[in-house]
Amino acid sequence: MSEANPRRAGATATDEFSARQQEVDEARASEEGQEGRPYELRAATQGIFGELRADKAGLLAAIFLTIVLIGAVFAPWLAPQGPVEGNPSTASIDPIWAGGTWAHVLGTDAQGYDVLSRLMYGARTTLLIGFAVVLIAGLFGVTLGLIAGYRGGRTDRWLMRWVDVQVAFPGLLIALIMIAVLGPSKTSLIFVLSFNGWMVYARMTRGVVLAAKERPYVEAAEMVGCRPRRVMFVHILPNLTSSLVTLAVLEFARIILAEATLSFLGLGLQFPEVSLGVMANGGRDSFFSLPRLAIIPGVVITLIVLAVNFLASWLRVVFDPQEREKRFAAGATTAATTVEGAAT
Amino acid sequence: MTSATSATSTTSTDPARTGRPVPSDELLVEVDRLSINFPVGRSGFWGQHQQWVHAVDDVSFGIRRGETLGLVGESGSGKTTIGRAILRRIEPSSGWIRFRGQYITDTKGEELRRLRQYMQLVFQDPYASLNPRMTVLQLVAEPLVVHGRAKSIDAARGDVVKLLGRCGLPEDAADRHPHAFSGGQRQRIGIARALALRPAFIVADEPVSALDVSVRAQVVNLLQDLQHELGLTYLFIAHDLSVVRHISHRIAILYAGKLVELADSDSVYESPRHPYTEALLSSVPIPDPPLQRARRRIVLQGEIPNPIHPPPGCRFQTRCPLAQDRCRHEAPPLEEKAPGHWAACFFR
Repeated sequence: MSEANPRRAGATATDEFSARQQEVDEARASEEGQEGRPYELRAATQGIFGELRADKAGLLAAIFLTIVLIGAVFAPWLAPQGPVEGNPSTASIDPIWAGGTWAHVLGTDAQGYDVLSRLMYGARTTLLIGFAVVLIAGLFGVTLGLIAGYRGGRTDRWLMRWVDVQVAFPGLLIALIMIAVLGPSKTSLIFVLSFNGWMVYARMTRGVVLAAKERPYVEAAEMVGCRPRRVMFVHILPNLTSSLVTLAVLEFARIILAEATLSFLGLGLQFPEVSLGVMANGGRDSFFSLPRLAIIPGVVITLIVLAVNFLASWLRVVFDPQEREKRFAAGATTAATTVEGAAT
Repeated sequence: MTSATSATSTTSTDPARTGRPVPSDELLVEVDRLSINFPVGRSGFWGQHQQWVHAVDDVSFGIRRGETLGLVGESGSGKTTIGRAILRRIEPSSGWIRFRGQYITDTKGEELRRLRQYMQLVFQDPYASLNPRMTVLQLVAEPLVVHGRAKSIDAARGDVVKLLGRCGLPEDAADRHPHAFSGGQRQRIGIARALALRPAFIVADEPVSALDVSVRAQVVNLLQDLQHELGLTYLFIAHDLSVVRHISHRIAILYAGKLVELADSDSVYESPRHPYTEALLSSVPIPDPPLQRARRRIVLQGEIPNPIHPPPGCRFQTRCPLAQDRCRHEAPPLEEKAPGHWAACFFR
């Protein structure tokens, strides 16, 4: 802007500066009235969803996840049948594209259960476990990592030793012991997976906090008299958003698979309950006769993880002001040159 | 915006004006025999010797209410460390700091947080010291909210907008993010944040060295106008003498953690006592080519001494054109060479 122009400082410079500033402001104001509105305005009017429209993969992912979520949440009302409703007389019906009936769009399995219905109920459980574990483990790990990184010193050493000890234990072994004590159920599954999964959040958070707390604006926050909690949550935590979102998505995918593993070992969900992992594992028995029983839930798991990944990259852009700047700069180069031209 | 800028420009008609406010006799800040050492690794086979960086060594000075003390020294001389120590960001190894007559060297926790209302910092880098995720309103209102002076960010809006205007920022600045502003404007935001709590004392840590030469004078003038209006006391840290003369009442010259000269701004410029000050002064170019060419330029040889093993005697002896045997054994004390003019040299 005009301040960058080399000129002798002093009163005249101040006056000229303000005059030029006004010129630029006016030029910008008239520019804003026309099409190609500057980014800040666009963001204010269209919110974060304006960004989503520009991101094709993110948009598709959002639509897909919305459908899955609706199907999962409202499964008891939307599903054509219950998850374990059926009998051998309806067994092994082909899906609609292989000559099946509309009564069983995705066909039925060897027990005669409707695959689509099981898929909806399964997604319900899988998503519930995934979200719950990411939320619990994430909250716990991030809080501990924040405290360790920000406090430093002895607090940091003790908390990180705790993390090291837990990481050193084989997760599956702990899971086996804990489930043996707690008994297999959805709740104990969530508990065990959270217990095994929080350390990675703590470690990553601590690393980012160590770098972030040296930033001058964090010192500035301490200097104006913010309490430690405010410094941690208002000034340091937002720096973590993009890395945390990415990590949470990866963890979400890992947890879906871990739940499938535990269920396969008989330590996860018990018979009437169903999840995508249980379905995929169940399909393995008849993989050569009825491959679709393993493939369909497998494809759904893959698509969910993929969609969450795309959505995460959109979220990263939304939460990172620098990333937004880059997008804006790429899209608004023409607008900027017109403003500059008008000013000079 | 227009009213604020015109107010600034009417008072700052002449950049070389001498209308510095007259400070009172009351000492607002006193620093007494302040030393600061930082531990740096260990030496010896078993690591039995803790090594220390002697960043600041036995520094004493006072700042009167309403005064600006310029603190000048090259990189690594400890000037920032002193500023941070007065603000209680860095623990002193020994010595005392008094603020408004009270010893604050042992203040900590909630009491220290409360103390922040009365002493604030203007940062060197206006790009890194403003949180890019916050709007200007949030940045400037935050001190008010955390000290309970305002109920919420929005409740402070009126005060913040007024303050921003006073600091020469456009009216619509409050709802924008720092990245929408140039370096000079960002530094104005930083100043507004420091002033939000109406502190008595401000440490300005090289507030203009990250800025374009063209905007430096504007920011310095702003600081000076605010001092007039609000009766502020400044510790103005700088790494060369070109900026500080304009704003400072007195100037303290720091070399390798030691105070080498402390005097009125004008006498430092007109009759420097310490050879290091002379060298610093000769490095400031005069905007008059014939005069500049005729001038004897003192170019110091070598580097600032290693602060882990400072030389015995005078710390400047390794580079001093006047150094003699005595300087290598004995450290010259800071003595009053003329009324109000202190220097640490045996031969001046």
